[in-house]
Order: sequence, then C-alpha cells, then structure tokens
Amino acid sequence: MGARFAGQDAANRAFLRGDGWVMVVGGLTPQAIAFGFFTILTLGGACGVVLNKNLVRGAVWLIVSLFGIAGMFVLLSAPFLAAVQVMVYIGAIGILFTFAVMLTRSMTNLRQRFTAQWWSALIVVGMLFVFLMVSVIVPVWGGVAPELAGEVVATTTDLGAALVDGNQFVLPFEVASLLLTAAMIGAIVIARQHEEE
Amino acid sequence: MVPLWMYLAVAAALFCLGTYTVLSRKNAVAVLMGVELMLNAVNLNLVAFWRFQSPLNMAGQAFTAFVLVVAAAEAAVGLAIIISMYRSRRSVTVDDVDMLRW
Amino acid sequence: MDCINQLAQCLNQGGMDAGLAQFISIFLGVVLVATFPLLVTILLIWVERKFAARIQDRIGPNRVGPFGLLQPIADVVKLLGKENITPTGADKPIYNLAPPFMVAAVLLVWAVMPLTPYHFGVDLEIGALYVITVASIGTLAVMMAGWASNNKYALLGAFRVVAQLISYEVPLAMAVLIPVMLAGSMSLQGIVKAQYGMWFVFAAPISAILFFISSQAETGRAPFDLLEAESELVAGFNIEYSGMKFAMFFAGEFMHVFTNGVLMAVFFTGGWIGPFVEQLPWLGLIYLLGKASIWYTISLWVRNSVPRLRIDQMMDFNWKFLVPMSILNVLVIAFLLQVIKQVGLTPIDPGNFIQNLPQTVVLLLGNVFVGYVMLSWVRSKGRQARAADEAKKMTAATVHAVGD
Repeated sequence: MGARFAGQDAANRAFLRGDGWVMVVGGLTPQAIAFGFFTILTLGGACGVVLNKNLVRGAVWLIVSLFGIAGMFVLLSAPFLAAVQVMVYIGAIGILFTFAVMLTRSMTNLRQRFTAQWWSALIVVGMLFVFLMVSVIVPVWGGVAPELAGEVVATTTDLGAALVDGNQFVLPFEVASLLLTAAMIGAIVIARQHEEE
Repeated sequence: MVPLWMYLAVAAALFCLGTYTVLSRKNAVAVLMGVELMLNAVNLNLVAFWRFQSPLNMAGQAFTAFVLVVAAAEAAVGLAIIISMYRSRRSVTVDDVDMLRW
Repeated sequence: MDCINQLAQCLNQGGMDAGLAQFISIFLGVVLVATFPLLVTILLIWVERKFAARIQDRIGPNRVGPFGLLQPIADVVKLLGKENITPTGADKPIYNLAPPFMVAAVLLVWAVMPLTPYHFGVDLEIGALYVITVASIGTLAVMMAGWASNNKYALLGAFRVVAQLISYEVPLAMAVLIPVMLAGSMSLQGIVKAQYGMWFVFAAPISAILFFISSQAETGRAPFDLLEAESELVAGFNIEYSGMKFAMFFAGEFMHVFTNGVLMAVFFTGGWIGPFVEQLPWLGLIYLLGKASIWYTISLWVRNSVPRLRIDQMMDFNWKFLVPMSILNVLVIAFLLQVIKQVGLTPIDPGNFIQNLPQTVVLLLGNVFVGYVMLSWVRSKGRQARAADEAKKMTAATVHAVGD
C-alpha cells in the first residue's frame, strides 16, 4: 500500500470506529464546515424574518432558521432534540404560522413593516449584542481551549430514563403535558367562531 | 471542534434579531415569529452549555425539551388570540389594538 | 462501510488526496442510496396502472413494449416535453421549491432504511423518530404548493390536505412506538434485528393495522384520497403544476406509497430477515423488497376497491376512533410488557422462536382486548346514532300524521 498517506490505516480504523471524518479541506474540519453552513441558515433565516415584506416568505424564512437550529443540535450530539425540533417546530408551528398568515390576510407587500421606534430598537439591540459578546461571552469562555468535557455523552436512552425517573424530571414532564392540554383547549376556545351570540 | 463561544455567539445574535423583530415590527404575527426566534436562541444556548460543561447530566436536554413544549403551547395560544383579534377588529397591526373596550 | 473504505483506498492509491477520496466515495454511496427508490418508482408506475386496470376489468397499458413495460418511459418523455407554465401572480421561489421538497421528504427516509444486514445509508440511533419527522416535511411542501399557486381552489385543497396530514401523524407516531418498545431501540437496524425470534406483526397486529391505515392516509391513497380526488377537485393543491414539476409530485406520491410498504416490512414483518441471509446478505434485499411488494399490493388492492371518504368522515375517523385506539394500544402493550417482565416470561434470547412464544401470546391477547373494546365502543355509538335517527323519524312521522 505504500506510504502515500501515512495515517491511512489509522484513518480507516478511525472511520470504521465511527470516530468521524479524517478529511480536512483547507484547514477546516467537516464539523467547522457544517457549523458554518448551519450558522448561515440560522442567521440568514432570522434576517429574513426581520426584514421581509411578504409575511408568507417570512414564515418560510422562519422555517429555514429553525432548520438551522436543528442542524446545530445535531452537531452538539443531541439528535433526539434535533428530530423533535424539526417535528414540532417545522412540522407543526411553522404550518401554524403559515395558516395564521393566510387567515389574517396581512401578507403581501406590507407597506409599513416597522413601527416608528425602529431606530431606537436597533440601537438598543445592537448595544445588547455588543455587550453580550464583549463582556460576557468572550471573556468567560473565549480563552478556553476548544475541547469538550470528555467523549462520553449521555444518549437518548438516558434522556428517556430521566424524563420518567422519580428523582429527576417526571414532575415537569407531567406538568408539561397538562400545559399542552390547557393550551390546546384554550386555543380552540379562543379561536372558535361564536355562532350563539 | 467548534469552540463553545462560537455557539454562544450565534445564540446571542439570534436572540438579538428576535428581540429586534418583537420591538420593531407592526404585524402581530411577525412579532410572534420574533418570540419564536428568541426561544430558539435560548434552546441553542442550553444545549451548547449542556454539551460542553456537563454532557452526562440530562438536565440540559430535559430543560430544552420543556422550553420547546412551552414555546409550542405559547405559539398556539398566541396565534389563536391573533385570529380572534382579526375577527373582531379586522386588523392585526399591533398599533391598532390600543383600546380595551369601546 | 467496507465498500466505502475500499473505494476510498482505491482512489487514494490512484493518487487522490485521502480526504477527497473519502468524500467522493461517501458521495457515491449517497447517490446510490438515493437513486434506488427513484428507479423503483419507474417500475411502480407500470405496476400501479396494470393492477388498477385488471381490478377494473380492463387490460391497462399494453402498447408500449411487451406488456406495456415501457409505458413509464413514455410517461416520463411526455411530462418532460410539456411546457412549464407558471401562473401569474404566483410566488415564484416558493412555487418552484415545493415539488423538490415533496420528493425530498420521501427520499430522506431511504437514508435510514436497512436494506441488508450490512448495507444501509446510515444507522441513526433515532431512526424511527427520524422517519416520522421527515414525513412532516412533506406537509410543508403541500402548504407551499397550495399557497404559491395563487389559486383559491388550490389553497382550499391545500388547507384540507394539511389538516388531514397533520391529523394522521398522531396515530402514525403512536403506532411506530410499539415496535420501538418491543425492540428496545429506535434504530431501524435494531428493530429488524429484534425480529429474529418473532415478527412484530404477530405480537402487535393492531399496531400494524394502525400504521397501515395511517400511512395510507398520509400519502393520500384511497379511501383517503380526497386530496387529489381526480374526479372531483381536478387535482387539488397541484392544479397549477404541469410538466416536470407535476411529474415530481406524481413520482413522489408513488415513491411514498412504496416507501410505506417498505416501512411496514421493516417495522412489522422483519425487514431483511429470511432463510440464508447470514451467508448471502444480498438475499436480505430480495426479502425486503418481496415483503414490501406484498404490503404495496394490499395497498393497491384497497385503493382500487373502496369508495372515497368525505373530509368530515375522515376527521371523525381519525380523532374519534384511531387516536383513542392508538392511545389504548400503547397503554395496554406497555403495561403488558412490564407484567411479562415481572412474571419472567421475557425471552432471554430474543432470537429464539420458542422462547418468544409466551410473550407473543400475551401481547396478542392484549391486542385482541384492545380491538374488542374499541369495536364495541364504536358499535354502541353506532347503535345510539341509529336509535336517535329512528326517534327523529318517528317524531317526524307522528307530526306528519297529526298535521294531516
């Protein structure tokens, strides 16, 4: 086989072990490329939500952004949450938003997108972002070497066990189901047409 | 491996974009979309911290799941309110909903 | 995985950079996995039309090629040659994006399909959840198609389709929960491997029926085909689509029905399991396709025999019958599985047929119980409705008699 690629055997073994990829394209690992791609999706979709003139397009941009977040969840070794994100947000809430936009007839060619205070909102939000980055994120976590706290990650089975474990999260789980029932009934009652009046 | 602060930066940017949407758009449905963006930024933060600081403790993922549930419930009820508002006032501009009763 | 590594090494020896070689070999694997269902779809167009024709006592396509086998090619050529009309006022990006999304929602399922013991796209640890998740992307595509056509009737059709699709996702997800519980894992390869001892269709027939019915409704097959209702609404949400875009919706639907057949085979009838599969893994693919074809044939049979349901009947059927039955099913099976574990009847070696029998019998009795409860409930409801009808007729008759 020769020594064309000195680490080929190790790379193959790593590959077979499922350790991820060994290819490095221009200094970027595949994880970095994926992170960049999902960041563009997320932030681009969010910009689309902020700036759109046509609310149906805005709903589509929201869906793009949510899909980017689902990709980030996959990168962060939380595949169950990624699947639930796509199923709940994109498959249900996205469609709910699209329905709401269509039923309230407020969609196309909005002449006035922004309120009169948009410039002060922009300043406040810009300052918030700069403050977060400069004072909180980069000082506290910026200098830490990019190593994760170990390769052992809890799996979906552990999440399932945690959600029904008496010592862990069974109470919030049950309360969440009650909340969903209440929300469902509330939404139906509020949005119902009152024929009897 | 992508460092933690990059994930936090994306989450902060997303949160700020969501806040701007809520504060400055006239249409109520667009405001709700901004709220959804903010909740997603929070979720991303939670999962990033879970992965980097304590990947064996399920609190991070469980918390995220509950935030997702609450966001879904809130979106449903919020959109129901908007539809009801549209039915009675024929407008979903937030500026027009400024009187309790007339 | 071995093939991919072999190919990567081969390319590397030919002088290519190692990373690029790996990327290209994985890419080729992806292309192969994605092309397989598309090729099968071409055959399915012929199968569908011939089968429908024979049930309707006619011959079906028989001019193009022997037995009409080249008919799909003629169809494709015709659709390719049609003009791509975009209606005025249509939202062009969304209008053009909807058909690929529809096809993507089906093709993405094949990424996790276990074709043989060693050949599959990727074995996700959340395979079953991924399948359901990807199905909800199809709903989005329909909504986009209905809206972007700038046509009132397309929009109304899209609303009804989306209501139907999201309603039937609930029993679908709950029916998939049962094989996951029985196998102890959400990965599709794990579910197939857990059926070495006993196929899940014998341990959980009600779940199989639920999954079958819900998947028929998810694709818009009769009796739930109000979505396209070729003879009523023209074509529902895809009125304004012509040419290759319509071909994508068309092919996407056929592929979806076949994919559902394959999923039935994987979840309930043992996927690639069959005699001599350990020695010749390629036989696994043959077994899988054979079982999938049986389920596909049943679905075609149902499609061509039953009349169509109205939208309100469909919704009633889902929310008042399927959802309660699926919830009751999950509760009963979960309870029985725990009871079996406590009593000690759990098979120590899941691959052994004899050891699986006690558990299967207990679960089968549980299923019979669920079925009996639901059917007697529906019967009592029917009796009440009929009694109410009779009472109304009696009062109407007496009023009429008094009025004379």
